[in-house]
Amino acid sequence: MNTNKPELVIKELGQPGKREMTINMGPQHPSTHGVLRLELDLDGELITAVRPHIGYLHRCFEKYAEQMDDYSKVIPYTDRMDYVSAMNQEHGYVIALEKMLEIEVPVKVEYIRVIVAELQRIASHLLGIGAFGLDLGAFTPFLYCFIEREKILDIFEKSSGARLLYNYMAVGGLMRDVHSDFRKDTSEFVKTFRPKIKELNDLLSYNRIFIDRTANIGVLPVDVALNFGASGPVLRGSGYKWDLRKNDPYSIYDRFEFDIPVGSGEVGTLGDCWDRYIVRVREMEESLKIIEQAVDTMPETGDVTEAIPKRIRPKDGEVYVRSETPRGELGYYIISDKSASAYRVKARAPSFVHLSMLPAISVGSLIADMVAIVGSIDIVLGEVDR
Amino acid sequence: MNNKTIEDIAEVLKETLGLDELTIEGGTIGEKWLRLKPEELLPVCKTLRDESGLRFDMLMCLSGVHYPAENELGVTYHLNSTKLNLKVTLKVRVPEEKAVIPSVESIWKTADWHEREAYDMIGVTFANHPNMQRILCPDDWEGFPLRKDYVQQETYQGITTRYDEYE
Repeated sequence: MNTNKPELVIKELGQPGKREMTINMGPQHPSTHGVLRLELDLDGELITAVRPHIGYLHRCFEKYAEQMDDYSKVIPYTDRMDYVSAMNQEHGYVIALEKMLEIEVPVKVEYIRVIVAELQRIASHLLGIGAFGLDLGAFTPFLYCFIEREKILDIFEKSSGARLLYNYMAVGGLMRDVHSDFRKDTSEFVKTFRPKIKELNDLLSYNRIFIDRTANIGVLPVDVALNFGASGPVLRGSGYKWDLRKNDPYSIYDRFEFDIPVGSGEVGTLGDCWDRYIVRVREMEESLKIIEQAVDTMPETGDVTEAIPKRIRPKDGEVYVRSETPRGELGYYIISDKSASAYRVKARAPSFVHLSMLPAISVGSLIADMVAIVGSIDIVLGEVDR
Repeated sequence: MNNKTIEDIAEVLKETLGLDELTIEGGTIGEKWLRLKPEELLPVCKTLRDESGLRFDMLMCLSGVHYPAENELGVTYHLNSTKLNLKVTLKVRVPEEKAVIPSVESIWKTADWHEREAYDMIGVTFANHPNMQRILCPDDWEGFPLRKDYVQQETYQGITTRYDEYE
């Protein structure tokens, strides 16, 4: 059977109770969040098998990283992997190289990195939540989320000059210092954003229709999640307290007080779509706590470019450095052979791992719920394909 | 937080499996790794997952690497124990002409796609994998892009793939 054909392929006709067919969802589909093709076997409206097909956005990140004659030339590319949380992608890459080069980063740089990484986390979650609502027919929350996200992008634009793909972090420091009003702008955002989370909860989280569409759907038990290597909000939605910022602290996250929200099956079953969703909402509150503390204690003065090495030439060896991005554990595996370019760079993308468990959690659900499940694992195809 | 070093983990493995020796290697910088023979991989991985003092419940990353100097292909496994907060790295290397490594998909489901990616990129085959197909490149793509001696095909289904001459 040629499933590449776009038309429906009807396997069996005329048998009572048997209405099996195979259809393609995507690659151009509004709720696949990019170019993803899902090959679905259906019995009526019930999904009996799911085969995800990826690679439509494959841009050879790993090959590119090996070909560049300078490690820092890869940083702009890391932005383009997960293009809605570029700061977090850069952060992971630069701390991996700093570990290889054994560079001590100035404290001010660490503070700025944490603040922008957490702002980026909020921006990314706002997009994820908004788009999730949009998938399920809630248009208004999407616009409300985007108003807030714009404010974060404005702060980033003032500091780095770009709104989405920043190229802001450098190995050992930052490309440039934050703008003079950074502290004021950030505190103002924190102040105005807190009430908006409550508004979002009233509008979407506890909306009866939204709960009906997400509760008890796409249940992911915690042992399955671990076996599939899930991380981030997907793993925490299943009730497992695991956050690299707490469990394997990097940068200066051990200096801040914050909680790790986990799913509890509040409106349905533990590990359902709603649990994964609400973890993201609550994480935004925790990010606000981190930003508040960091802005208060951030050193006033300091040169953010002083520790940037002129030449990046690590000794031979290899590192696997992971960091907590809005989607989960992002790992960079870098092998150095003492030359100016990497011998091997592998990016372990959380979205790639989460998409691989889609068949395990969606078989047996209705085709309309597939949209909710894909939305709840919040994948970015740029990161899946790299 | 890391109360068990790689040497301790190797000791536990040697005792449980009755292995004579396990090679620990490392570069000048960074992390050390356990070098395994392909036939040791499955028993070692099972022990790492199930042994009460290890509990490596998560396969974080699986990467294929090409070593052209030795004519070898390798796979690196990064494991994580979320319960005991341990990390360990395993490496397996096989000759290029007979590049078959046992699949760990039966131990950690996440290996399914990671192994397909390693196959797609460097061309190492995983025995007993349920669906050993390319994942990122099209099914009819030629060659393995992350091999160091890779030469890109000129055309793919009538489409020119190289644009160097226009530069």
